Amino acid sequence: MSAAVGIRIALIVFVVTILQVSAFSSVTVAGGGLDVLLVTLVSIALLRGAVTGAVAGFAAGLIVDVTTLGTLGLTSLLLTLAGYWAGRYGETTGRSRAHAPLAATVAATILVAFGGYGLQLMLGEPVAARVVLVGLPATVLWNALLVYPVFGLVRRLVGTTEHAQRAREVELLV
Amino acid sequence: MLGVNVRRPATGKPPSRTNSALRRRVVVGVLVVLALALITFSFRKPDTGPLASVDSAAAGALRPFTIAGERVAQPFRDVYGWADSLLTARSDAKRLREENDALRQQAIQNQFAANENDKLKALLAFRDGPRFPADYTGLAAAVIARPTGSFAQDVVVAAGSNDGVALDAPVVTANGFLGRVTRVYARSARVTLLTDEQLAVSALDVKSGASGIVKHGRASASTLIFDRVPKRLKVAVGDTIVTAGWRSSKLASLYPRGIPIGRVTSVGQADTDLWKQVQVEPFADFDRVDAVLVLVRKDEQR
Repeated sequence: MSAAVGIRIALIVFVVTILQVSAFSSVTVAGGGLDVLLVTLVSIALLRGAVTGAVAGFAAGLIVDVTTLGTLGLTSLLLTLAGYWAGRYGETTGRSRAHAPLAATVAATILVAFGGYGLQLMLGEPVAARVVLVGLPATVLWNALLVYPVFGLVRRLVGTTEHAQRAREVELLV
Repeated sequence: MLGVNVRRPATGKPPSRTNSALRRRVVVGVLVVLALALITFSFRKPDTGPLASVDSAAAGALRPFTIAGERVAQPFRDVYGWADSLLTARSDAKRLREENDALRQQAIQNQFAANENDKLKALLAFRDGPRFPADYTGLAAAVIARPTGSFAQDVVVAAGSNDGVALDAPVVTANGFLGRVTRVYARSARVTLLTDEQLAVSALDVKSGASGIVKHGRASASTLIFDRVPKRLKVAVGDTIVTAGWRSSKLASLYPRGIPIGRVTSVGQADTDLWKQVQVEPFADFDRVDAVLVLVRKDEQR
């Protein structure tokens, strides 16, 4: 990955994270919020691979935790795993498939919601499963609607790696 | 040809796929361990130590960006709020008309009550400890960040210890009680909302004087319950609930007396329960908080 692409990814992650905590977090429609950050992160991971996805997730999570004065590392852990998983999915099963962004975003939204709930429980914070269950369907729906516009925009900005462009060659050893 | 030994040329380097997989696992492993270490340090010492200092400095450095993001998003949020209010305009108009009728009647009653209240207040002033708002000043602060998930019911405001904000300071909006300051940095502070499961406030019914505790309700994120109200006391639908602001010989409530919290929407009681079941609709709109007033004690400002 070239330095220019790396800088572009860093800028995208920073801007989207700031907008997420200062603007998108306050928008709730039918009980669900817009998680533009997660959709962007999944798009980056699908296009640039698991390592880039994990690093971008960690950085974005750290910014979220710092700006919201939350427990440091909590969102980082969730988004690192989400970015890594989406990247691996893009490198393997979801490679060159049109539905990969949608499937990865829906799965990541659900996993991050339940992962967050589990982590809060492990840390002894009083959280109710109702909080996850009530808003989750709407959040999944809004994120699903955002996937393709965000994915298209991110692809134009950061390009894609070889694995996402073509099927892997078959090597025969005789 | 089958059955014939073929000598394969020795490869100079191991397959690149192995290297790539190893690198990938190392990177994600390091990041996960780093995140777990941050969680551990942050959770054990949230407000002290070098990590808190770095956290505070980073929060300060990112503050201009969150404020800029807030300002950029404000017009869009206004448009969204306007569109949303159009959808609920009809029911709002009906509710406001009814409320207006009730308030007109209440205003006349209040006129009489105010005269009587002046006399009673003078008598009670000696006994009543907390005097709100005389002991406090309001520090206006903009909300600059909100949690990304729905687990935490708190917001970050653009005022901190440099401005006089103290830990546990009560926070209100123009409509009523909002929450309490639970973390303070130099130029920002975290406010935990009353809808959070960890927060509760002693309160009383203005009309009947029934006292209890207002806390997060189970029905929905923005509903509150007025708990611990003995069944013999009277609480009616439409009653206004305010903070109690009690004081004993050594202890005092964190919150001043008389801050409006909400209106009673339903009252019930069962034979098997010790307390009444009272639901309260908060005056403050917890979902759309743009600016708050942090109450700062006058004696702490000096």
